[in-house]
Amino acid sequence: MAGNSNIKTLLNGIIKENPVFVLLLGMCPTLGTTSSAINGLGMGLATTFVLVASNVVISLLKNLIPDKVRIPSFIVVVATFVTLVEMVMQAYVPALYESLGLFIPLIVVNCIVLGRAEAFAAKNTVFKSFLDGLGMGLGFSLALTILGSARELLGTGKVFSLTIFAEQYGMLIFVLAPGAFIALAYLIAVFNRLLKKTE
Amino acid sequence: MSKKLESSFKNMLIVLTTISLVSALALGSVYNLTKEPIELAKKEKQENAIREVLPEHTRLGTADSVYLKGLVQPFVVYLAYNNEDFVGAAVQSYTNNGFSGEIKVMVGFDAAGNIVNYAVLEQAETPGLGTKIVDWFKTEKGKQNILGMNGSSEQLKVTKDGGEVDAITAATISSRAFLESVKLAYAAYNDNYDVVLGATSLYDEKNTTSSEESFNQEQHDETPDQKPVVSESDKE
Repeated sequence: MAGNSNIKTLLNGIIKENPVFVLLLGMCPTLGTTSSAINGLGMGLATTFVLVASNVVISLLKNLIPDKVRIPSFIVVVATFVTLVEMVMQAYVPALYESLGLFIPLIVVNCIVLGRAEAFAAKNTVFKSFLDGLGMGLGFSLALTILGSARELLGTGKVFSLTIFAEQYGMLIFVLAPGAFIALAYLIAVFNRLLKKTE
Repeated sequence: MSKKLESSFKNMLIVLTTISLVSALALGSVYNLTKEPIELAKKEKQENAIREVLPEHTRLGTADSVYLKGLVQPFVVYLAYNNEDFVGAAVQSYTNNGFSGEIKVMVGFDAAGNIVNYAVLEQAETPGLGTKIVDWFKTEKGKQNILGMNGSSEQLKVTKDGGEVDAITAATISSRAFLESVKLAYAAYNDNYDVVLGATSLYDEKNTTSSEESFNQEQHDETPDQKPVVSESDKE
């Protein structure tokens, strides 16, 4: 029974409450960084790390933080982890750091991170919060990778830099900002259709 | 579940201060840990770029910062030598006229000022359009290749501006900005090349003073003995 509900918590973020396809949270990095599959995956994993770490720390501290200062406390915790990710990324994967650039510090204000801290971690146990952060993060990574792959394929004929078809047949618009909206809308439609079917 | 801490002034103060202190401590230690790898990664990237754009050389001279008129940031010039012969220089150049802000490039020139190669260090151009500056101007196709052109050449402009270089399709602004940064690199290179000549003339001074004087009379307008004249004309 307990194990069952843990799996439910984990899967909740990946499928039923997928942050991108269902909750429509964190649209700024979703649209901004998914110009290629690898960028989407990198952004997703960075966010996952921040989500898991901040969820765990906040659920540990939830009884020590007075209600009136909970938002500033959460933001400080989240910002600390984001800055850690930023520095580690810059040191060990400089290429990824350069292509994600500005979006890494922006994880601080990603509504998924603060949203999960406020809605889940502040009310649940450490282990559950960990699972929730992991699930949400993986769901976010999955969505970003799918969106990034779709845009990269349609725009340049490649997926993860592997050529599928020649670049000149690609529709450049999918790599640019308008293509992000178009691709995201279609993916949300497909995802919701599949979700309805399974119910 | 135990009860939450009350939101009294004292509690809030203590909790926020503690959280901030712990965060600061964590950040500080990780900053110290990653400081070295970050600098190493940056340095390696730059060294690779220098190696890529220069003609064959055995050693690099010291890096010189050159300030061009009207521009705040310096251009860094790395002089390259084959044993003792000056073979060229790599210049780290930039422009703020890109389609999305700054473009940083490393341009290599040989001793005659011909472009050997270039590498784009930083850019934020439109993916699929402006980002093509990374290899467009090295590709042998139509009139888009700039390698081998002389930095002083008037043809080093996009065809729209009366030059001889094909701009990237649908990214004229990025192309223009890129060529501008190459031009600026040449200006910085030229400035520094004069310094190299100056260094040679200083060496001559120790041995043959007379030839040094005549050299200065002919080539340099700003020799020390001429400077007073310059400042007088400034006063007028």
